[in-house]
Amino acid sequence: MADPVLSIRDLTVEIPTRYGILRPVSGVSYDIAAGEILGVVGESGAGKSMAGNAVIGLLSPPAHIAAGEIHVRGTRVDQLTGDAMRRLRGKEIGMVFQDPLTSLNPLLRIGDQLTETMLAHLDISRAEAERRAVAALEEVGIPGAAERVGSYPHEFSGGMRQRVVIALALCAEPSLIIADEPTTALDVSVQAQIIALLKKLCRERGTAVMLITHDMGVIAEAADRVAVMYAGQLAELGPVRDVLTAPRHPYTHGLMGSTPLASRGKDRLHQIPGAMPRLDALPDGCAFHPRCPRAHDRCRVSPGPRIEDGGGRAACLFPMVEEAVA
Amino acid sequence: MALVDIRNLTRIFDVSKPWLNRVVERREKSYLTAVSDVSFEIAERTVYALVGESGSGKSTIGKMLVGLLGPSSGAVEIRGTDLARETDAAKVDAVRRDIQMIFQDPFASLNPRWRVRDIIVEPVAARGGDTSGMAERLLEQVGLSAKDAGKFPHEFSGGQRQRICIARALASEPKLIVCDEPTSALDVSVQAQVLNLMSDLKDEFGLTYLFISHDLTVVQHMADRIGVLYLGRLVEEAGPDELFDDPKHPYTQMLLAAAPQLDSFGREVPPPTGEIPDPINPPKGCAFHPRCPLAADVCSQTRPEMRDIRGARVACHMAG
Amino acid sequence: MADLTQTTTPVERSRLRLALESDFAYQFRKSPVAIVSAAIVLFMVLCAVFAPLIAPYDPFDPASLNLMNGFSKPMEPNAFTGETFWLGTDDQGRDVFSTILYGMRISLFVGVAAVLFAMVLGVTLGLIAGYLGGWTETIIMRVADVQLTFPAILVAMLIFGIAKGITPVEYRDQMAIWVLIIAIGLSDWVQFARVVRGATLVEKNKEYVQAARLIGRGSGAIMLRHILPNVLSPVLVIATISLALAIIAEATLSFLGVGAPPTQPSLGTLIRIGQGFLFSGEWWILLFPAVTLLALALSVNLLGDWLRDALNPRLR
Repeated sequence: MADPVLSIRDLTVEIPTRYGILRPVSGVSYDIAAGEILGVVGESGAGKSMAGNAVIGLLSPPAHIAAGEIHVRGTRVDQLTGDAMRRLRGKEIGMVFQDPLTSLNPLLRIGDQLTETMLAHLDISRAEAERRAVAALEEVGIPGAAERVGSYPHEFSGGMRQRVVIALALCAEPSLIIADEPTTALDVSVQAQIIALLKKLCRERGTAVMLITHDMGVIAEAADRVAVMYAGQLAELGPVRDVLTAPRHPYTHGLMGSTPLASRGKDRLHQIPGAMPRLDALPDGCAFHPRCPRAHDRCRVSPGPRIEDGGGRAACLFPMVEEAVA
Repeated sequence: MALVDIRNLTRIFDVSKPWLNRVVERREKSYLTAVSDVSFEIAERTVYALVGESGSGKSTIGKMLVGLLGPSSGAVEIRGTDLARETDAAKVDAVRRDIQMIFQDPFASLNPRWRVRDIIVEPVAARGGDTSGMAERLLEQVGLSAKDAGKFPHEFSGGQRQRICIARALASEPKLIVCDEPTSALDVSVQAQVLNLMSDLKDEFGLTYLFISHDLTVVQHMADRIGVLYLGRLVEEAGPDELFDDPKHPYTQMLLAAAPQLDSFGREVPPPTGEIPDPINPPKGCAFHPRCPLAADVCSQTRPEMRDIRGARVACHMAG
Repeated sequence: MADLTQTTTPVERSRLRLALESDFAYQFRKSPVAIVSAAIVLFMVLCAVFAPLIAPYDPFDPASLNLMNGFSKPMEPNAFTGETFWLGTDDQGRDVFSTILYGMRISLFVGVAAVLFAMVLGVTLGLIAGYLGGWTETIIMRVADVQLTFPAILVAMLIFGIAKGITPVEYRDQMAIWVLIIAIGLSDWVQFARVVRGATLVEKNKEYVQAARLIGRGSGAIMLRHILPNVLSPVLVIATISLALAIIAEATLSFLGVGAPPTQPSLGTLIRIGQGFLFSGEWWILLFPAVTLLALALSVNLLGDWLRDALNPRLR
């Protein structure tokens, strides 16, 4: 494999609070290669967004990176501050959030937002930037792009706005896109359009994508590999087909089983007992053991093996082998 | 007789700007038709699901059913009583007691300043009923502990709060519970717990659900009968097997194709085209015709009537 | 920590314990400004309440006054009687320290009563306007808008003037304090009404209110039992900041001679009396009441500012 675009090693994010130090992300490692879509999936509070925010330097204090390294195209970025980080954010990393309105300036025409972004990061003339702005809007499928460059964000529907955000994220030709729940606020039919668009653009341009979502269906449809997070830790990492059809971590197995599926009919859904522990009350040993049907005594004292990229696939002492989801 | 009989239900909202703005800007009054001529029945002890995207009017129908909104025209009859028109207060109260609702947002649906005990018994306490020990009993029925009765809502997780909402809905021993996206704010593993609990309670208490959701897989799992809404109109109604195996309305077909599936690895299908039109100026004729691959001239002229096709009710000129 | 493992705590905790364990109490303990201002306010309130016990003299008992003690300097024995007064005396030989204690009593009483009056009026009208909407809302809020275009002190003076005109002369001094309270209260309800209306608009669309409606609860019960407890945080902030403003407003009116009568002098009245002696060298008659007023208003205001930050979830 060529050098990964994004490489995260042993990333730990800490938040000091009056109750003690919380670790929303704890010892997480993964790579994303050029042209690859890595799906990061987990329940709310699993730390999936926090890891993405750490990469782009948008952790809101007092949260901070306490340990680990983040490399983007070989450059270490976790220690960058202020201007250097801002430059990197626009140039190397594009961002797409759940609510498109947070990424767009409501007072600027979208054409101006696109040209400004390009002029700041690319060595091109204004005329060229304006030409590319129209091209970018055409590429993301906005009808009548030449006229719509003069429109303001509120003049677009939700789905069209998210397309504009994608155009904005891609216009400076970044090597990595971080998409945090990009389709959660959208209707099913629009969601399908946005996912198809994201996939097409990344394949064509060779952009690496971190696709953060809680929806296993979106992961199945869009991602090449999937990282399953639980209580701030990586539970399982691997090619999407393998992880989803033959999960090795009991948590992934339970997650797949609790998703209603056509083929399962109207039987009771498989349910994982309890809920994910709060960060201030993590159990000893493996964080999943209180809910795990396969937990042994060892799970109560020692955490599962950490997933190093290229190493083991599941952070479990007793991974499941060849057990299809019921 | 069906428990709920909804006939030609229509709800129009006045979304005009204030009077002064209209005069100055020379604008007409504008109206949004959230629900347009919808008819269906819900049989006792069944789950009827309404699915649709945003703006389809599914929540508006739910609110009209429980009496939070009045219909603009048409009728909602529950056991033959029309809540909006019935004048006998005792009858209205008896019907109201039979209907409860579970809401989408488990954080907004519990009063943060009340203890769980008071929240749960309110439907009974408001009518002066005896509530001793009721909260504790209901909490255990929904899988929480009786000791939780003295706590405040902020001490619970989203899934636990939704259980408290269910306990409150059960307090007045209703026949019908309207569930408005009850699990869409929950994580998958918690959603499974809540859906299972709702199925269990339905069997135990002989409940009837109107289940409102945008999530096709959840609906397929829960429902005995499914109504698909588009822009305030009922476009197709069928049982889950017929609907998912043999969708007849082009919109239903589009919706099913667009929903991400767990086994759709690297699926490359052309995504649906177009977007949901502005509900203030809906297209003439069939509301779906601008996005429809089958659309013919008649579709842009005449609104299709509901027709029975192979066990389903479909509002489409072209389906057959 | 026991209170974090939510499903295992066996005991039902009282509201007091919950309050002591809350983030709010934690923030208070961590803010020196809040602790110091709260301490000053508490101290001054206690002094005012127990003024008759603390004050060395009763400045309103003509029998205890000795004109020979007039114009005593602070901390110096009087040239004629040899008596020493901490903060000196005024022209009639009244102990300035004692008049300040009694003056603070009047100032605080007027301030607190005026704010309570404004609060009850404003919260009630705000709740009704926000929850019922329609014409009721339009009328209430337009009246509020009109009143806002006049400075509060002008409104208070207007009301004070009208009230004075319609009360018989012999009751004027007795009624003056109550008229003052109503005048300041009426000039201040608008803020409460606006904030409560805004908060009510947010709350009434929340699902717990819909749940109460579909049970069949009436509008009154929903406003009182469901919405009111949830809109009280901003009211508390405004009430505190308004208290500082009301104390200042009372002092201003009294200073202008339209407030508390000389028979019941408030801090404002004392300042008005004192400024007459400033240029003849008797500075203490003005300075000490003025410093007291400043300290009181400033502490209450700082407390209000802190309260606003502590109760604002967005700033946390």
